[in-house]
Amino acid sequence: MKKKLLPFFVVIIFGIVFIVFYKGLEDTNIYTPDLNVQKDIPIFNSKDFYSEKVLKSSDIFEFDKTYLLNIWSSWCVPCRQEHPLLMTLKQNDKIDIIGLNYKDNKKNAVKFLQELGNPYEKIFIDLDGTQAIEWGAYGVPESFLIYNNEIIKKYIGPLNEDLISEIKYLIK
Amino acid sequence: MIYSTIGYYSLFLGLFVSLLIVFFSVKNFQNSKIISANILSFTFLQFFLVVISFLCLIISFVFSDFSNETVFNNSHSTKPLFYKIAGTWGNHEGSLLLWLFVLTFFIFIFILKTKNQPIKYKLLTLIFQQIIIIGFFFFLIKTSNPFNHLYPTPSEGLGLNPILQDPALAIHPPILYLGYVGSSIIFSSALAATSLNLVSKKWASHIKRWILISWFFLTIGILLGSIWAYYELGWGGFWFWDPVENVSLMPWLALTTLLHCILVLERKSILSSWVIILSIATFTLSMCGTFLVRSGILNSVHTFANDPERGLFILIFLFVLIFLSLFIFFFFHKNEKKTSHSFSWLSKETSILVNNWFMMYFLSVVLIGTVYPIFLDVMISKQISVGPPFYNKLIIPFLIPFLLMMAIGPKLKWTISKLQDEKYLISLLVISIILAYLILKNFNQSILINTVLVSSAFYLFFISLRDFFVRKNRNISQNIAHFGFSLLILSILFNNLFSSETITNLKVGETFENSDTKIVFESVNQKQEKNYKSIIANFTIYNSNGDKDKLSPELRIYNQPIIVTSEADIKTTIMKDKFIVFNLVQNQEFFNVRYQVKPFMLWIWLSVILISIGGFLSILKRRL
Repeated sequence: MKKKLLPFFVVIIFGIVFIVFYKGLEDTNIYTPDLNVQKDIPIFNSKDFYSEKVLKSSDIFEFDKTYLLNIWSSWCVPCRQEHPLLMTLKQNDKIDIIGLNYKDNKKNAVKFLQELGNPYEKIFIDLDGTQAIEWGAYGVPESFLIYNNEIIKKYIGPLNEDLISEIKYLIK
Repeated sequence: MIYSTIGYYSLFLGLFVSLLIVFFSVKNFQNSKIISANILSFTFLQFFLVVISFLCLIISFVFSDFSNETVFNNSHSTKPLFYKIAGTWGNHEGSLLLWLFVLTFFIFIFILKTKNQPIKYKLLTLIFQQIIIIGFFFFLIKTSNPFNHLYPTPSEGLGLNPILQDPALAIHPPILYLGYVGSSIIFSSALAATSLNLVSKKWASHIKRWILISWFFLTIGILLGSIWAYYELGWGGFWFWDPVENVSLMPWLALTTLLHCILVLERKSILSSWVIILSIATFTLSMCGTFLVRSGILNSVHTFANDPERGLFILIFLFVLIFLSLFIFFFFHKNEKKTSHSFSWLSKETSILVNNWFMMYFLSVVLIGTVYPIFLDVMISKQISVGPPFYNKLIIPFLIPFLLMMAIGPKLKWTISKLQDEKYLISLLVISIILAYLILKNFNQSILINTVLVSSAFYLFFISLRDFFVRKNRNISQNIAHFGFSLLILSILFNNLFSSETITNLKVGETFENSDTKIVFESVNQKQEKNYKSIIANFTIYNSNGDKDKLSPELRIYNQPIIVTSEADIKTTIMKDKFIVFNLVQNQEFFNVRYQVKPFMLWIWLSVILISIGGFLSILKRRL
């Protein structure tokens, strides 16, 4: 009898350990953002690209204005493609373009802007990529159209002529 | 580019060869006169393929091929070559490839070198090992492929975490893994021996060497990690009871216990259940450690996984192995007959058994301290963190009887024994107590627990020291290891009791003075290195006894990723370390300076080296 009980108990104990670990895995400490489609823009503090001072999201995004948040990086080749389009969009008064410099080296990024021009009103730095996750971005480049502190539309990948005219249409 | 492709497909081929090996082994198993030649060649082929894959990853790192995601995430073109190579295993994917490398390497050597053992046993060990290998191949290919392709190719990588850019840490993972993963062979072999009912003296003496090898590398690996933590993490400790350190300590405790048990099994064919359970436990604890560290269930410096899928995979795989080994243990293991091997209460067997229970106690303390927060979090959603006080309170008191047992145990004979030369044993005990009392009283530390602790450590120290001269090299390796252990405990105790620390904020040119030290902040230099900028501070420290030391700690500002690390400047002498580290204070012109005098630091490292030399000699001994 004793012999049969022991394996039984041991198996049960390990079973419990398994369940606890399994449960523990569900709420890991690793940073995972909510996957739901986020309507409001995230509230965050980040550093300004040039002055490296702390930048609050509430300082950047005013309520009844339209913004385009563009996630870019100097090492990202498609960013180079879409950059001239952002420069033309800059001409439009109705929209401010905000940059999010994603996992970049500042020197390279500055060079990139010197070479291609700076379409951004403000740029904030996202060294470790967590800001981009917070926004629900999949990668670079990616752009968010924002009005009234809400994300109206999300553009994954580089912008093209059609999308730019769509944006222009939307902000009218 | 091409290397990533080659590396990726060699992994696939390696997995395929695994299946072939299992197939041929099972076939061979039914007709086992002679081990078939193609099994050996397949085992070699598999090892070779993993080596190719590993080399491909190293080459990708060396040539900074950023189209490879792993390289992109963990390397940078301005990094020195040495750290480009070391970066290969400084990340999740690469280190798992290293796992596989060690797994396949060990089984290849095992098949090649094992002679005079039944063919069936070798084949079954191979099959069990292949189960582990297949699991890891799947894990690597499915969830942590080191050869993921990035398009468009980034022009620059993200860089290796600078605190990992350190020589001790560059060789720490491979050495640790030799021990950590090396225990897989013990696991497979114990399962094979149990299934075939081969657990015997002969098996014990054969597996003993593998245990010693794993144990040796594990000890050195832990030592390297600890040395790194001491001078890189910048607050002068060498053991933090961090979950990651704990998960390397747990297999070490199990392995050390196993080492003692196997000696008994080799001589007396008893304690076979202990041996099997410990063999299983050692590897399971290693796997469990991998799970805890890599799944992100615990937060720690080593946590670099970010994918819940990985954690789930290891968890399931871990429990498959646990249940498999439980099944084999409960269904196949037969206890030795009790009658033929009774032993007296005062005998070597008893002392080793007592040692086992102590070790199991220490192991459970560490285990509970490590996983309890997870349980609590899951059960009642409460978060706690278990720190050094928990371990100190639970472990230190039990060290006293443990040390005494360690002093007496080796002197006892098998089966039945009498205490010999009691005069020495008692007089040395008295000397130890007096010595401990005098030393501690001199430094106003004579609290009872300290005195008892130091005296028991001294006791072991004297007894094992005396044995070097008296017992004529009868068991020199054991003697060295035990002597090293006593030295380790003594050094740690003195280090804890007599360390002193001064923390202050200083501007350049200022002086800090207290009763026994005077710290002068002379100047600051700047230097531009290849991948970091360094700020070097020059301090002169005057001690009350007239000594003058010049120390120059450093701050490194790495460019990729931008991280500031502080490099302590440590002046090591035989008796004590002088340790100074400084830090920037945000938006202020002064620096935070921390100066520590830590006695016997060097002896902590030396004694661990001594312990491992003991193990190493034991490996050699069987060859002679």
